[in-house]
Amino acid sequence: MEYLAETHRALRRFGRFTAVSGVDLTVRAGEIVGLLGANGAGKTTLIRLLLGLLPPNEGVIHLFGESPSIGTRRRVGYVPQTLGLYAGLTVRENWDFTAAAFGGAGTPLPEEISAWQGQLVGSLPLGAQRQVAFAVALSHRPELLVLDEPTSGVGPLGSARLWEGIRKAAAAGAGALVTTHNMEEAEQCDRLMIMADGKVVASGTAADITAGHDVTEVRAADWSRAFALLDGSGFRVQLHGTMLRAGARPADISAVLSRARIEATVESVPANLEEAFVAIVARPAPW
Amino acid sequence: MSWGLREVTVTRGHTEALAGVTVPVDPAGVTVVVGGDGAGKSTCLQVLAGLLQPSLGTVLRPPKERIGYVPATAGLYADLTVQENLDFSASAYRLSGADYRQRAHTLLEQTGLGPARRRLGGQLSGGMQRKLAVAMALLHAPALLVLDEPTTGVDPVSRAELWRLISAAAADGTAVAVSTTYVNEAARAALVVLLEDGKTAASGTPAQILDGFPGRLGVMDGAERPGPLSWRRGVTWRVWAPEGALPAGARPAAPDFQDAVVAAALARQRPGQGG
Repeated sequence: MEYLAETHRALRRFGRFTAVSGVDLTVRAGEIVGLLGANGAGKTTLIRLLLGLLPPNEGVIHLFGESPSIGTRRRVGYVPQTLGLYAGLTVRENWDFTAAAFGGAGTPLPEEISAWQGQLVGSLPLGAQRQVAFAVALSHRPELLVLDEPTSGVGPLGSARLWEGIRKAAAAGAGALVTTHNMEEAEQCDRLMIMADGKVVASGTAADITAGHDVTEVRAADWSRAFALLDGSGFRVQLHGTMLRAGARPADISAVLSRARIEATVESVPANLEEAFVAIVARPAPW
Repeated sequence: MSWGLREVTVTRGHTEALAGVTVPVDPAGVTVVVGGDGAGKSTCLQVLAGLLQPSLGTVLRPPKERIGYVPATAGLYADLTVQENLDFSASAYRLSGADYRQRAHTLLEQTGLGPARRRLGGQLSGGMQRKLAVAMALLHAPALLVLDEPTTGVDPVSRAELWRLISAAAADGTAVAVSTTYVNEAARAALVVLLEDGKTAASGTPAQILDGFPGRLGVMDGAERPGPLSWRRGVTWRVWAPEGALPAGARPAAPDFQDAVVAAALARQRPGQGG
């Protein structure tokens, strides 16, 4: 078995709407794959296909080398964005409940969450709740982890600690599929796949995806006038402190600024992942 | 500073939700308050918007009718249409006539919500709801705009559109305070305040926070965390040596803004460091 999870030309329609359209996805053991896309891009449908919660209309879905079933589901650890814990039960009760459901009653509580064992899950800070959900999802030693926005709402330190756990699981041989809107989180993954309109529009490492994408940096003493002018001229311009960044050619920006006699330094710089993402999935500007 | 909090403390029972926090918010600038859940971001912004009285400290803010505030959840009426939400907000601020129509038109265009004018607020996507809430708070051209986590859970395309609205307000002279859990959003700020457990862990421009990185940073490989002052970045570990001596096997590296923020948060948590 080369891949833990594999979709080949997976296609799923809902009525006349094609939610997933010919998607190839692979996750190997020990690999963390980030799945990115705007809302409605087809990420959730793809995951439901992979988990066997939804059959494809066309294409092949393989989990652990076979079609998704109850049997393969038991080998997956899934943490939804809503965590899937019982807020009114303690950490230990949540743990025991899941362990019993997977036939592993009596499994000891892992050290990372044992300090909170007597507390109600709902009374814990969000970062702690996410740690508990992650530990519970790992309790039956799944071979594939499916994590939906694993650090959403958690601060910089809490996020780093959660990623430590995800990396540890991958180092022990699990594969992980992570969906996220957070580009810092995306940069923690080994490989990324960007979806738009049900299709894969980019894939590779974060460096592969940003390669070839540039933005133009504008530094002007009168930055607010420069912003208003460029924004009003239809450029997708973003403010960074008092510096502007726009996904456009330096020459085009300079032309507009000099016509309005705004003095500025204009320079082409590599796009960050978020800027590259927006350029890749760019739909017609709503303005 | 023009608006903002100066050494503000908010006490709830025996705990301090905020302890001596200073957050300057200047006109034509964006101040970003970064921190995780429970760090005190919402408390901070509620004090700034005048919804909560501090136990200690000074709050500088324009009169209530010159403030626009969007809470972390909702900020709009789910059972009113986009247009009705704007109309309602206009009547609350006593806006009417040609001025209101012009302003609403501009905001609908900026948010891309024009074609959705007749849709119910509750039927909009998460990103569209946030844009509508921000548009409603901008309708009366406030002097101070306060946005509590406007982009949490929002996809990057909608996030760029929200930041366009925020940037346009700042370029127009508005003082803007925004909270977020995303460190990379802080890089967009004129001023950043990093909160950890109700206290300031770092503050300044993004460049000042990066320049202030104490000691040295290293990169290490390996399965186990090399020590308490280290964290994961992709397949490698970052190791921080505040006193400058990196452990054996660590390759020196230049910290980026994200490293500076994690190190500041770690420093705040170290016993005997700060208060």
